[in-house]
Amino acid sequence: MTHVLEADGLTRTFGGRRAVQSVTLELDAGECLALFGPNGAGKTTLLRLLAGLLKPTAGVARINGQLLRGDAAARAQVGFISHQSMLYGPLTVRENVELAARLYGVRGAAAAATDVLGEMRVLDRAESPVRSLSRGLQQRVSIARAMVHRPRVLLLDEPYTGLDALGAATLTEMLARLRGDGATLVLVTHNIAEGLEVATQAAVMHRGRVVRRERREELDANRYADAYRELVGGAT
Amino acid sequence: MTTRALPDDGDEATLVNAGVETRPLFDWLFGVAVAAMVAAYVRAVFFTPIEALQGAAQKIYYVHVSAALSAYLALGVVALMSIVYLWLRDERADRLAESAGEVALVFLTAVLTTGPLWGKPIWGTWWTWDARLTLTLFLWFLTAGYLVLRGAVDEPAMRARYSAVIGILAALLIPFIHLSVYLFNTLHPKPILLKPDRPSMPNEMVVTFAGFFVACALLCIALIRARYRYGLARDAVRAMDAASAEDE
Amino acid sequence: MRPSLLSTTWVIARKDLAIEFRTRTAFLAVLVFAVLGIATFYFAWDATAVAAIDLAPGVLWVIFTFSGLLSLQRSFGVELADRAMDGLLLAPIDREAIFLGKALANLLFVAGILIVTVPSVALLYNLPLGRTLPILFAIALIAAVGLVAVGTLFSAMAANTRLAELLLPMLSLPFFVPIVYGAAQTTSMLLAGRPVAEAWPFMKILIAFDLVFLTACTLTFPYILEE
Repeated sequence: MTHVLEADGLTRTFGGRRAVQSVTLELDAGECLALFGPNGAGKTTLLRLLAGLLKPTAGVARINGQLLRGDAAARAQVGFISHQSMLYGPLTVRENVELAARLYGVRGAAAAATDVLGEMRVLDRAESPVRSLSRGLQQRVSIARAMVHRPRVLLLDEPYTGLDALGAATLTEMLARLRGDGATLVLVTHNIAEGLEVATQAAVMHRGRVVRRERREELDANRYADAYRELVGGAT
Repeated sequence: MTTRALPDDGDEATLVNAGVETRPLFDWLFGVAVAAMVAAYVRAVFFTPIEALQGAAQKIYYVHVSAALSAYLALGVVALMSIVYLWLRDERADRLAESAGEVALVFLTAVLTTGPLWGKPIWGTWWTWDARLTLTLFLWFLTAGYLVLRGAVDEPAMRARYSAVIGILAALLIPFIHLSVYLFNTLHPKPILLKPDRPSMPNEMVVTFAGFFVACALLCIALIRARYRYGLARDAVRAMDAASAEDE
Repeated sequence: MRPSLLSTTWVIARKDLAIEFRTRTAFLAVLVFAVLGIATFYFAWDATAVAAIDLAPGVLWVIFTFSGLLSLQRSFGVELADRAMDGLLLAPIDREAIFLGKALANLLFVAGILIVTVPSVALLYNLPLGRTLPILFAIALIAAVGLVAVGTLFSAMAANTRLAELLLPMLSLPFFVPIVYGAAQTTSMLLAGRPVAEAWPFMKILIAFDLVFLTACTLTFPYILEE
């Protein structure tokens, strides 16, 4: 059975250091995996592998059966949000999002940009240069940029960082809606409560490995935070 | 948690047991190469006639051109291994390229020092900005740049890739450099041996030169091989350190 | 639907030019350097010892090389801030398009500098404008293609290393030598009124260099971006 997002023995080393070791997971449409773990556990590396930004040392990542690495068509289905904005400071909000739209081959780039900026509630700042925006607003633009081509798979690396209450609520609402529409999400976050809110699966990474993975309905949200702390020892 | 660091007992057996390939005590290739160089020098100095126009200083030619050709040989290895690395992603190719690059720099330095030593008695000046000398100088900078680049990248795979790209581009540059010599009327003697038609030196000198070149090339290869073995041991130790650091 | 190589190239070139135009500081900095450099050479010139027509090509090509280097330095800096480069790498575009787009932007940047510097040199050294300007521009543009091809690639490489400011000039200058050599020889021959046929071999070096390195750099660029 072809899963929407699949990792099979995914491994990545840098020099001698094994950042991600033999990670295997599968996600189908409408699922959201919440990925927890201390700093340096390999969560960002795993996400970059799933986005096709890194070449695996071993193993494969697939989207709808297509190999991610080296296949442009597979990349077209992915949206990636990291805690770095990936925006060009001197360009305006609209220019940044339209650029992304054009690079993804979206027809009617200008209209698509307007739509997604409206959804993220930053349309009123569309003509401002990105560097004049606050961190929180930049994050919203960054999310809009990742969404403009309506990806079926969305990878989010600590997207709540820097968002104010309204921004966080907007994001959660959007993620839930996307899940409902059948998109597949992987959400890396430090905030266990926020993560479990939208998740259908939850996993913990420690030292490059996925040490625990289960479906949302199998776990007890109240106990999860304690279980997590136990799992990663004293590591933060 | 125990670390797998090597006991520092200075015992080679420990290294062998740990799987590190150690070098034999006597490097026979290197010995042969050195012997050949000595023989070539003796023949060049004592048993080859002195050239009429340039005098004894002409004999530097043997070292100068042999070193240049050996440097080109080493650079050829760099270029070839660069292509092999990008194609096969085998770290051995990268290690060989690194070794050849360092040896090439040594031989290029020899070319750039023997050149002026030859030039002063013949042309009356230590240095001239004629095309070939200038371009050998830039070749030196290119090789030095290659080695500086390697030093500036920490991640091994990235370092290998970047070096390979530079290696290939540098190889493509060399024909342009050589081409320029033919178009520029310079002080530099027109190529004597590498002309399209017959070499214009008497046979005795050609033989001496051939012998010198072979000895020089042997030395070049021996040095590359020795440097490669060092690189192999160094990388093995690094890998062990990284693995044991992770277990902590 | 994936955009074509050509249109992606243009999108990326436009983006770089838009950023450049927005800030303008880099362009003005290089322009000021070029003009000051030419002026310095002029003041250091003993007109009784060296004829204008002998000195002018040298000045032009030295300034060309160093302002070219300065222009290239900023090329990838803009991608490193906030990891904007990741945005390009995630998109379903050819890596080659990223190279060609940035190289094209760099070429137009350098051309902008040339529009000021070439006439400046011609004016200062009293070169016959009508005859020489078109020739100089043509040679400069052809030389710029080679300069930009190699420089864009090395700029990408250097940006990812610890010694970026050292590596870019150190790696590039040996590659610029055939360009400067061919261009300077052609220029001085044509300015001295020698027949085109004599200068043609040097032009051939320039054009061959452009073709070889534009191709080689485009093909090897993806290996630089790969992680």
